[in-house]
Amino acid sequence: MTALLHYLPLLGVLVVVIGFALRFNPVPVVVVAGIVSGLAAGKSIGDILALLGTSFVSERALLLFVLTLPAIGVLERAGLREHARNWIASLRSLTLPRLLIAYLGLRQILSMLGLTSVAGQAQTVRPLLAPMAEAAAEKRGRPLAPEERNAVRAFSAATDNIGLFFGEDVFIALGAVLLIQGFYAQHGIELHPLQIALWALPTAIAAFVIHAIRTLLFARRIRNVASGPAAPLEQQSRTANEQQNKLDTDQHG
Amino acid sequence: MLTIEQAYWLIALFLAGAAILNLRAHRWSHAAFWGVLAVLIAGGKYVLAAHAAHHQFPAQLAGVGVIALAVLSPRMTRGQVSERDSAAREADALRLRHRLFGPALLIPLVTLLVALFGAYCVVGGVHLFAPYRMTLTGLALSCVVALIAALWVTRAKPAAGLAEGRRLLDTLGWAALLPLTLAALGGVFAATGVGTAVADVVRLAVPVNSALACVLAFGAGMVLFTVIMGNAFAAFPVLMAGVGIPLLIHLHGANPAILGAMGMVTGYCGTLFTPMAANFNIVPVALLELPGQNDVIRAQWKTGALLLVVNLTLMYFLVFRF
Repeated sequence: MTALLHYLPLLGVLVVVIGFALRFNPVPVVVVAGIVSGLAAGKSIGDILALLGTSFVSERALLLFVLTLPAIGVLERAGLREHARNWIASLRSLTLPRLLIAYLGLRQILSMLGLTSVAGQAQTVRPLLAPMAEAAAEKRGRPLAPEERNAVRAFSAATDNIGLFFGEDVFIALGAVLLIQGFYAQHGIELHPLQIALWALPTAIAAFVIHAIRTLLFARRIRNVASGPAAPLEQQSRTANEQQNKLDTDQHG
Repeated sequence: MLTIEQAYWLIALFLAGAAILNLRAHRWSHAAFWGVLAVLIAGGKYVLAAHAAHHQFPAQLAGVGVIALAVLSPRMTRGQVSERDSAAREADALRLRHRLFGPALLIPLVTLLVALFGAYCVVGGVHLFAPYRMTLTGLALSCVVALIAALWVTRAKPAAGLAEGRRLLDTLGWAALLPLTLAALGGVFAATGVGTAVADVVRLAVPVNSALACVLAFGAGMVLFTVIMGNAFAAFPVLMAGVGIPLLIHLHGANPAILGAMGMVTGYCGTLFTPMAANFNIVPVALLELPGQNDVIRAQWKTGALLLVVNLTLMYFLVFRF
């Protein structure tokens, strides 16, 4: 009986798994999971509410990224994404894999230096990297089909995540390394942060190599996909823009 | 002195502004959603202070606010705010060209400068930046600087900052809230003993005398727990206390530095698989207006899986050798 009680809070995990599998809106799923797991642990409604409230507000730094939205929005209104696209299209030698792999490397190095908030999905991927990657992909001579455009955008977002995660773990002054050191110190094992950071390097390098290879394969797939004959160069960039404009109007019009 | 608390006030102000614009447009659910969130963010410090002084009521009220947000979430439909037409945007883009990049790049640049030199900015004996979460304070400052620069470059009216910010905020909808909600769930899980229960399940299933089985169980546990919690930091102490220290370090003599570093990275691989890591995997789906909720995970899970294999292999061969 006591053993069963010990495992009962896992019901909250079950709620999350079922809710996500059935594709319910994640926010209520998560809140219900918290309440279920609190009830299963024998907490009162008042305690559960307080726990939910304090856990929520103590993590409010996670909402800081919304502060980038006004500046990015004003620039988008004046054609930031369109210009990013035009500019990359004009740089002949900047191909899709070169753009994404350079971004991956830069993001990893910046994160290793502790500069994790310098780039991000809101700061750099939506306004800069994604439109640039789309333009670079269209250098194959044909505009992107909507599903290809989405695939390029998703791959750009993935590249940002991978660069962030597998650089951050090497940085010694914040985050992961200090958490590891602090945890060991509590358990009577004294380590220097540099010792820990050093051993995250092999995986960071492996992450770069693996994702760079996947980027090359992804770019080749986008480039070689069978389709109609390529339009002459001059005409093609114009059709690409027109197609994008049409897409935008379709989405927002 | 600039502190992170002022950045929270700025968020609350922006959210309140978005709520008012939605109120004027008779979009009641959106207005209520951003309004409640603004109050929670603005009142955060007070709630935590009251909780520390054992006054439960403000925290309980915040809990009710979180439930209200959860109820409103399904009504936050996407894509109803119209954007300026694309011909006008294209014309501006051709006219302003690289000047458009300036303000966008100010966000990383100012953040970087504050991160590197913020500690040395002293005016009249007072530090310009509080040391607590200084990089994030710098991020908030950089957003203000970038907004001013963007308004100047584009000659837009200041009201455009709020209007365009609200357009993007409404595009994000409930996805903006999910990271916070998940972090709150992490707090609840930790307080209700979900962590220890998971570690016990892992330990029950493992033949403890095999070093390989222990490494695999530790790795699988880190990934599983990270997938459930959406955060490797939450998984690490649980799996280390349950499996890492007693079985790998004490029983099999693993090197703690290697185990710690590579164990954490194992969890990071798990972060690439899970919608629970919403700020990395779900927020960009909304930001990039992708059709499928798991499109970003679909683009990255193969990198995560391959890296997981490489990482666990490296760990097995290194951790008992040094």
